Amino acid sequence: MSANKQWIRITEMRNIPLREGRSVNVAGREIAIFNLGDRFLAVDGRCPHKGGPLAEGIVTGTIVVCPLHAWKVELESGVVKNSASPVPCIEAFRTRVEAGVVLIEVPVEPATMQENPGASCQPDRPIQWVKSRIVCEERP
Amino acid sequence: MMRARSTEFFLGGALTMQKLVVVGNGMAGVACVEQILKHAPRFEITIFGEETHVNYNRILLSSVLAGEKAADEIQLNGLEWYQKHGIDLRLGVRITDVDAEHKTVTGDDGSITPFDKLLIATGSTPLIPPMDGVRKEGVFVFRNLDDTRALLDHAAPGKKAVVIGGGLLGLEAARGLQVQGCDVTVVHLMDTLMERQLDFTGGGYLKAKMECLGVKVLMERNTTAILGNGKAEGMAFKDGSSVEADFVVIAAGIRPNVELGRKAGLQVHRGVVVNDYMETSNPDIFAVGECVEHNGTCYGLVAPLFEQGKVLAATITGNRGPVYGGTIQAAKLKIMGVDVFSAGDFSEKAPGTDAVRYEDPALGIYKKLTVRDGKLAGVILVGDTSDSHRYVDWLRSQTDLTAMRRQLLFPGPGNDAGLDVAEMADSKVVCGCNGVTKGAIIQAVHEKGINTLAQLKDCTRASTGCGSCTEVCQHLLKAVAPEFQEETKKSLCKCIPFPEDKLREILRSQRLRSVQEVLEIYGNGVGCEVCKPALSYMVDMLWCGDHDEDRSARFINDRVHANIQKDGTFSVVPRIRGGVTSAKELRRIADVAEKYNVPMVKITGSQRIDLLGVKKADLPGIWADLGMPSGQAYTKGVRMVKTCVGTDFCRFGVQDSTSAGIEMERRFENLYMPHKLKMGAVGCPRNCAEATVKDIGLVGQEGSWQVVVGGAAGKKVRKADLLVTVETTEEALQAATLFFQYYRENANFLERTYDFVERLGIEKVRRETVYAPLAVQQGLRERYRRSKRLSEDAWLEGDTPRHPTQFVQIEPLEKVQA
Repeated sequence: MSANKQWIRITEMRNIPLREGRSVNVAGREIAIFNLGDRFLAVDGRCPHKGGPLAEGIVTGTIVVCPLHAWKVELESGVVKNSASPVPCIEAFRTRVEAGVVLIEVPVEPATMQENPGASCQPDRPIQWVKSRIVCEERP
Repeated sequence: MMRARSTEFFLGGALTMQKLVVVGNGMAGVACVEQILKHAPRFEITIFGEETHVNYNRILLSSVLAGEKAADEIQLNGLEWYQKHGIDLRLGVRITDVDAEHKTVTGDDGSITPFDKLLIATGSTPLIPPMDGVRKEGVFVFRNLDDTRALLDHAAPGKKAVVIGGGLLGLEAARGLQVQGCDVTVVHLMDTLMERQLDFTGGGYLKAKMECLGVKVLMERNTTAILGNGKAEGMAFKDGSSVEADFVVIAAGIRPNVELGRKAGLQVHRGVVVNDYMETSNPDIFAVGECVEHNGTCYGLVAPLFEQGKVLAATITGNRGPVYGGTIQAAKLKIMGVDVFSAGDFSEKAPGTDAVRYEDPALGIYKKLTVRDGKLAGVILVGDTSDSHRYVDWLRSQTDLTAMRRQLLFPGPGNDAGLDVAEMADSKVVCGCNGVTKGAIIQAVHEKGINTLAQLKDCTRASTGCGSCTEVCQHLLKAVAPEFQEETKKSLCKCIPFPEDKLREILRSQRLRSVQEVLEIYGNGVGCEVCKPALSYMVDMLWCGDHDEDRSARFINDRVHANIQKDGTFSVVPRIRGGVTSAKELRRIADVAEKYNVPMVKITGSQRIDLLGVKKADLPGIWADLGMPSGQAYTKGVRMVKTCVGTDFCRFGVQDSTSAGIEMERRFENLYMPHKLKMGAVGCPRNCAEATVKDIGLVGQEGSWQVVVGGAAGKKVRKADLLVTVETTEEALQAATLFFQYYRENANFLERTYDFVERLGIEKVRRETVYAPLAVQQGLRERYRRSKRLSEDAWLEGDTPRHPTQFVQIEPLEKVQA
């Protein structure tokens, strides 16, 4: 397994504030990294519920609360705490810190189409549709 | 009972009635008198009380110290009770002597009072361990209401308080002082806190919890002297060490008050010796409570007083029969968030004793049961006392536990409290302090129509003692009372078990300025998405600008000052005060929308313009290009004032609602609120800008303004209540300001004004704002002004971010090598 994975230097520790998360795109994946004070944890960046950005959630212990509908994801394991979840867990990535830089271990092959039922795949489609209508009806 | 009494008077009984003199107006004496009154009106009663207060609940003094209860809330028997029963109450009189032969007592006021029967209920006094300097100023005991008041006068934020004694009383005193803002250290002689109630392990858990609350604990320290020149400045210990102190509280135990017993020639050991009928060695003199010794034991807790009182009442009224067989000692620590319960004999040394244990250091839970000959002998619960009632029951009934050995610590599923209550026999005592049975509670519910716990307390006294049966009482009410209403005071959340008004008070008195600090001292140290934003609001409201703004405790909207949308983009709503804009401003908005490719531009329901679908990284640029302040459309804060065109253009307008609305928005903007706050100002009662369904509305009339509050047109539709009618615009704005700040300070987080006003009632709101004493109004205005002065437009953070990556997308330092 580890042959297909690589440690990637992501960013300086200080760029992720205490008890907050930041999202980062690595090899076609959106990953959310969190600073828990004594370590950094990383999981898939999108909530399996409606694709909410987990990096923007409130951290409570080792759990992040999705900002959209308050679904909870355990950061160490990626386990989703809601029984209604379509998947039992999302991907969690190993992390370490080296010379003040946070590293994440990611698979080498790019992510296959992530099965996110939420709006993340085509975030602005409904809005585009409305916009085109407005343009059509605009007077000369 | 009153009827029976007057009959006896009528029959000429008054002259032949015996005189009963009670020395001591505390819980034991008065509870015993209450029982005596139940038998028959045989006595003409005089009660002497050394304190100048009517009978109060001494156990709750620590709650008074902690500010959880006011002094008058712990009163048990008001003056009218004494009057109603024809009791001659003499307060402030200390009985100094007894003449057993001539049957008189002498008071320190020189009075000599004859008796036929004497009841000694003198209680106990604090034990002062031998040490130097106890007479110094700033050395206190903690025994009665006056001591409590003195401590409250002395306690102040930052003062160093040292409490000698790590027992029940000492710990409760320590916590009370700490809530008052003191820096508290507990000094304990033994190696375990509450060693009479807890074993070494349990004491360790308790110590950790106390330290977690911020109370320092020094173990195995023998105090030799209180240091200081005339007043307490520190303490010296036998091991040579010392601590500093601004004041010292001695709570090292109690000593039964037996002097009167001695003077009366009674048999006295540690306490006045009584037999199973509660008789002393003199047939006309009785004793009850902490001053007595029964079967070699002196009790310092409340439940035995009531049990003794019942027996004594029977004996003294000539119904000698019931016997007192001792009480199983049960104690509960009354510190919010620190659950400790202990009962019976927890020692494992006696032969045939098994100890059954459960502990989880991470959760801070420790439970131990001692089982002897198949029966429960003792119990210790730390961190979770929810099962205490079951264990007390097993102790009292001496239930054979052989068949239940697997479920001792974990009752099987379905065996919840509700069922427990149903299975309980009617004769079972629910409130051990006041001896109230399940049957008595059910009877009271049916006969008196009781629906709340407060009513139940009033009517039956159940749950007014130590309070450990509150939960069972509530389950009973839920099961039996047709319209049971739960108490509305709920804790904020599981992470921090305090109601919000309490928390605001704690934050204020303790000067806590950061969310994490509050969670660490009063909560579980972690917090969640419910309590963190609520606490963020509280520290901001109390110390606005002068607090430690912790963005990790804020919802994402308040981290980046924009409203998160379903796809993770944000919406931007600039402030357009009163809905009045200009061609220039509109042009700028249009330019911004084009430059940043904003997917949707929309007019909102609040006379504003919304730019939707903005990327986080674009926010600072957009704000700078707009050159307009934040409209706070993303937060629990001041949203907007919707206005009509008022007198400027409208044919009907009688007040300049546009200017008034703009001014109101200017005065309130940038402040955080318990929930969003929407306002309106209309120039005439036609109400075109719908001010009567806003949180605060100004409704113009000919020559006056109506200020209305608590309106809503959202999830709920509610017409606002009239707060006040005033003549000038400035007066209207002042009235609105009073309500504005009052709501900020008193509403729970996420409580809209319509719920807030409904909960308090508009009369109370008026009384505490526009009709409040001038000083109160000035206080509200001053605190509003202070917050306003320290607040600022959140979008200024676009230029000077709080954190380098607040709005910046992080790019990895390297790429994946294929």
